[in-house]
Amino acid sequence: MAEIPMLQVKDLWVEVEGKEVLKGVNLTIPVGETHVLFGRNGSGKTSLLMTIMGFPQYRVRHGKILFKGEDITELPPYERAKKGIGIMFQRPPSIKGVKLKEMLELCAKQNGYRIRELAQEFGFERFLEREVNLGFSGGELKKSELLQLLAQDPDLALIDEPESGVDMENIEVIGRMIRKLLQKDIHRPRQKSGLIITHTGFILKYVPADRGYVMLDGKIYCQGNPQEIFEGIQKHGYEECLKCLRRMETPLNL
Amino acid sequence: MSEKNGNPVEPLKVEEFVPAKAVEPPKSVDELTEEERARLKEVGIDLEAEDKLGLFIQADCGVVSCQCAPEGLELLPITEALKKYDWLREQYLWKAVPAEKDEFTKITAEDLDDGYFVRVFPGEKVIYPLQTCLYIRTDRVAQRVHNIVIVEEGAELHIITGCTTHPHVTSGLHIGVSEFYVKKDAKFTYTMIHEWGENIHVRPRTGIWVEERGVVISNYISLDKVGSIQAFPTCRLKGRGAVGQFNSIIAAPEKAHLDLGSRVILEAPETRAEIISRTVCYGGEVIARGHLVGKAPEIKAHLECQGLMLTDKGYILAIPELEAHVANVDMSHEAAVGKIAREEIEYLMARGLNEEEATSLVVRGFLNVRIEGLPPELQEKIDQAIEESRKGM
Repeated sequence: MAEIPMLQVKDLWVEVEGKEVLKGVNLTIPVGETHVLFGRNGSGKTSLLMTIMGFPQYRVRHGKILFKGEDITELPPYERAKKGIGIMFQRPPSIKGVKLKEMLELCAKQNGYRIRELAQEFGFERFLEREVNLGFSGGELKKSELLQLLAQDPDLALIDEPESGVDMENIEVIGRMIRKLLQKDIHRPRQKSGLIITHTGFILKYVPADRGYVMLDGKIYCQGNPQEIFEGIQKHGYEECLKCLRRMETPLNL
Repeated sequence: MSEKNGNPVEPLKVEEFVPAKAVEPPKSVDELTEEERARLKEVGIDLEAEDKLGLFIQADCGVVSCQCAPEGLELLPITEALKKYDWLREQYLWKAVPAEKDEFTKITAEDLDDGYFVRVFPGEKVIYPLQTCLYIRTDRVAQRVHNIVIVEEGAELHIITGCTTHPHVTSGLHIGVSEFYVKKDAKFTYTMIHEWGENIHVRPRTGIWVEERGVVISNYISLDKVGSIQAFPTCRLKGRGAVGQFNSIIAAPEKAHLDLGSRVILEAPETRAEIISRTVCYGGEVIARGHLVGKAPEIKAHLECQGLMLTDKGYILAIPELEAHVANVDMSHEAAVGKIAREEIEYLMARGLNEEEATSLVVRGFLNVRIEGLPPELQEKIDQAIEESRKGM
């Protein structure tokens, strides 16, 4: 019997404030695999992640989200978090008066992760006493987010643009954090799955992925080897994806 | 312009209350029941604690505890101190707060119940906090208190005052006149925690004088139910380089009428002042005032007034005022009233907190003004109190 996938998204249609942002998305991520979603800004990548996490303004008009085989389409975000889904926000808000340490302790409530050790490992210890995300730089925000995810230790990590606004020095650390989160440094079989959004693709240099997709206008059109897709996009840009689709006569209502 | 602007809290009829002197006070803390001891503990007054530096408790009109461990510090009931020291009456009594200020100061001047007198001798640094407690024990009592604190040159003192009522008291009036004198190079921190009751009316009248390079830090916390509080401590920075810092952390549950704020008058060059207030409104009425007066050059003063409305009931009226009388001043204020950001709640929900837990954490963070010199138990108590008052939403 085949193993139940970590995540299955079935014909998902979603609108935000009356505007259709996802138009029939299908996606399956098996246990232990990391998938990468490419696409321009505004193509619907973040909307897909936010819908998988369950934020109420992303209204599911049609379709289903199954997590470990269970239909979670109607669950609120905190129930999904408790079941093992975690998200790294691209632009997280700051929480005044709450220390990062407290936040990490809340995240780690169920699995008792050793907060200080974890922060030390990624050179982030001096931020533990700071207020969550308040005045953090681009790279610091990403580290704060990933540290929270590491404390939370989800089975499925949704990672939104991990390299945006990060300088070259920090991107290596961020890569390491994601590798740890997704168990990239242990031998298979891995238990953790990931879905990474990127429009530049640079993170692939640091985090190997099993499968790639291209998202255009709220729909996934292309899937395959992530490295190959990334190279294609680097060489020809997303324009080529559109041309490719036309060549393949796939109907795309632009 | 709001019709609420400047509206004082409804006038009180003093004659409707029983003078505290008409009631026989307990003779010592031994007469306080377990229930009362627990109540005092809630405002940080732990009768069992061994490591106290000093403890003053006044129940209704009577002083039930007035003990003090260290040398370098004098603690007396004010009525005794006034008998002992003529200079106290001549130089300090009713100087920082005028006796004729209003009806409440007037009746306190006419017939005082008691209060505390604290004096730290020059150069003595008393690091552990002195605890004082003003306690209404009998129903419908009007308590008239007058406190004087003198921190002499180069000395340091921390006081934590817990004010509360007997758990079964349903109404009462507390008048508390406080005059604080902070001398040259002295430092004084004063943390006041109010935990009254639904029909308790509170009229503190506070005046503070700070001399050259003296520092005063005042923290005011009121998170529980209360009838009305009207307080507007006035601090005069009289000596060059004096510093005044005023923090208030306030929650306004339904039925509470709060008119609170601080005024700092910067009278000498190079003085600095900061007023920070955080208010959470759960349906009560709050006026959050702040008034900075710049009267000397090269002063720096800032006022920060933030409010969080959690329901559609009640109101927050923020009145930040800056008043400059000379050219070379640096004065600023920021005031903001709003609701909890949806974005923050959702962020926390994605980390596994349900909506209630997320709201509670954001409110706690909002009220989390860093309070210097607060013992951890007290900080814990504040966190608990915030948790408690949140339930009244």
